[in-house]
Amino acid sequence: MKSRFLTLKPSGIRIQVVEAGKGRDLLYFHGAGGHMPADPLIAALATKYRVVAPLLPGYGQSTGEDELRDMLDITLHGLDVLEALKLKKPIVVGHSMGGMIAAEMAAIARTEVAKLCLLAPAGLWLDDHPIVDIFSKLPYELPGLLFHDAEAGGRLLASGGDMNDPEFLKQFLVMNARRLGMAGKILFPIPDRGLGQRLRRIAARTLIVWGTEDALIPPVYGHAFKKAISKSKLVKVAKAGHAVGQEKPAAVLKAIREFF
Amino acid sequence: MKFTWFHLMPWPHMPDDFREKHRSVWVDLPNRMYEPELGHIAYHQYLDQLEYAETVGFDGIGVNEHHANAYGLMPSPNIMAATLTRRTSKAALVVLGNSIALYNPPLRVAEEMAMLDVLSGGRLVAGFPVGTSMDTNYAYGTIPALTREKYAEAHDLIRKAWAADEPFAFNGRYTKLRYVNCWPKPIQRPAPPIFIPGGGSVETYDFCLDNTYSYSYLSYSGYLRAKLLMDGYWKRVAERKADESPYRAGFAQVICVADSDAEAERLYWPHVNYFYNRCLHVYPGFADAPGYRTVKTIQTGALSQFTQAAARNYPSMTWKDLVDGRYIVAGSPETVRQQMEELIKTLRVGNIFCLMHVGNMPNDKVRYSTSLFAEKVMPHLRNLWPEWKNHDDRFWMHPMNEPVPLKVAAE
Repeated sequence: MKSRFLTLKPSGIRIQVVEAGKGRDLLYFHGAGGHMPADPLIAALATKYRVVAPLLPGYGQSTGEDELRDMLDITLHGLDVLEALKLKKPIVVGHSMGGMIAAEMAAIARTEVAKLCLLAPAGLWLDDHPIVDIFSKLPYELPGLLFHDAEAGGRLLASGGDMNDPEFLKQFLVMNARRLGMAGKILFPIPDRGLGQRLRRIAARTLIVWGTEDALIPPVYGHAFKKAISKSKLVKVAKAGHAVGQEKPAAVLKAIREFF
Repeated sequence: MKFTWFHLMPWPHMPDDFREKHRSVWVDLPNRMYEPELGHIAYHQYLDQLEYAETVGFDGIGVNEHHANAYGLMPSPNIMAATLTRRTSKAALVVLGNSIALYNPPLRVAEEMAMLDVLSGGRLVAGFPVGTSMDTNYAYGTIPALTREKYAEAHDLIRKAWAADEPFAFNGRYTKLRYVNCWPKPIQRPAPPIFIPGGGSVETYDFCLDNTYSYSYLSYSGYLRAKLLMDGYWKRVAERKADESPYRAGFAQVICVADSDAEAERLYWPHVNYFYNRCLHVYPGFADAPGYRTVKTIQTGALSQFTQAAARNYPSMTWKDLVDGRYIVAGSPETVRQQMEELIKTLRVGNIFCLMHVGNMPNDKVRYSTSLFAEKVMPHLRNLWPEWKNHDDRFWMHPMNEPVPLKVAAE
């Protein structure tokens, strides 16, 4: 995996883009947690695709988050990124918050996004199935929320830092405030910015993937997305939690390969 | 010195096993614990205490705003202040304050505070807090990373609405009003004095200095731990070459007075314990939503915050720990006088927000402690800033019946 920087002409925002692999273009939008250290999903996808994974402002070394305040700002930013990367009819993949952004992009720019893959996307709210409030969770609670195998997930999340080291702790707090502060603009306090009314505009062939053990956004949301997007298919992955791509990268790669 | 008798109005009926049974006093504590009939009694007793504080000579009486909690039962401090306008006549009504980012449109704050100022004859001291993360983000749903921008815009709207004599249009990012027309407008022109509760960010220091607002540090960990923060403020005041009026700053302090130090412990320890271990029992996940504090503030304050958290092992702290560590100022009138003098001088503050109702303290003890402070402590602390003639016109109320200031008369 290598990293480069890209300045977007319309907004002047400078973003970090991670790239890996060769093959057909695949654009990957990360979830609220950003990329994981040596992200297993990006690594798996890179075995078959040219993966281009931009970091949203507020994440990694991407800056300009103060200019992005709401869903439209962030959706248009996504489209600016898509244009600037000059990709050839990419498969647009988004996980969780990234799926919400990708779905908004596909609903608004319905001719520009032709192949869409949503991994446990956020963006809908069902009163009978409330989504857990991730913003009030403490770091130690996250592995259990994001992974079916919390212990293995915890090892994936830890980036080799020591929380008892004050300097690392400070960096972690700053990073967390930047990332989740940004994510909060479309996910806080309820991760619904009206996507439900716009899903029907999506013209892209759409693959929806859900972990059967998703404790953050329950699998019932997968059916709601499938129902609202006309050319869509729902694939469930067994023994996987919300971070379905990181927990079962091979299964997700297989589903994408079979569908597109 | 200006002394404001400040009420938090906590729910006084939390059970002994509260900490074990509930993770938080704020945000998600089931309101089945609240009993409206007992609430009726508590409200009236609390309002009586505020009125009593005026009669014994406090300069101000204070209320504030919190939501979804048993820590402080005033979602609308303006309603409380409104009742006080009718039953008091001298004390400043310190509303500290309205969380202005939460009102839609924030013009509501300009209107209600103007009502209070008119009702009270110009006795309002207005406070504009950002609000705790528990209130602003979790209970009221404001997006954390946009809270401060929303706050700044609300502030501009309120100040313009108070100052204007004609309708104007306000095209903000968060509020758009074709006709801003604040009826009534406040007696105090161009605005009542304004206090800003702060927690150590440089941005807030500058905001106070730019607007001639008083910086109020509302902490429960006492003046020894507040020293670092207040030094930072005064350093900034010096850097900005502003005058060093102590009335630019205020501090909240839990105070308990009795005949003797031993008597204070006997009388007040259960209630102090209730306050620190039940009223302040906040789930850490609700204390600081990501994005609520700026990155700059975290970078300057993250470590001290954690140092403080480690020091605040309240369940294990005894009366002696709290007194010796000066979390609370408690004891005989002489003990309290000495410590208050030290507090006032070391922090360089002209405003004290006296927290004399503590936790579940019963009415008779509240009045006893209050009267001792008013009679035997306060008079000895009045003259600590003689070079400022113990008053700064910029940071205190101007009632309509107050004598015309000499300066104006001469003009």
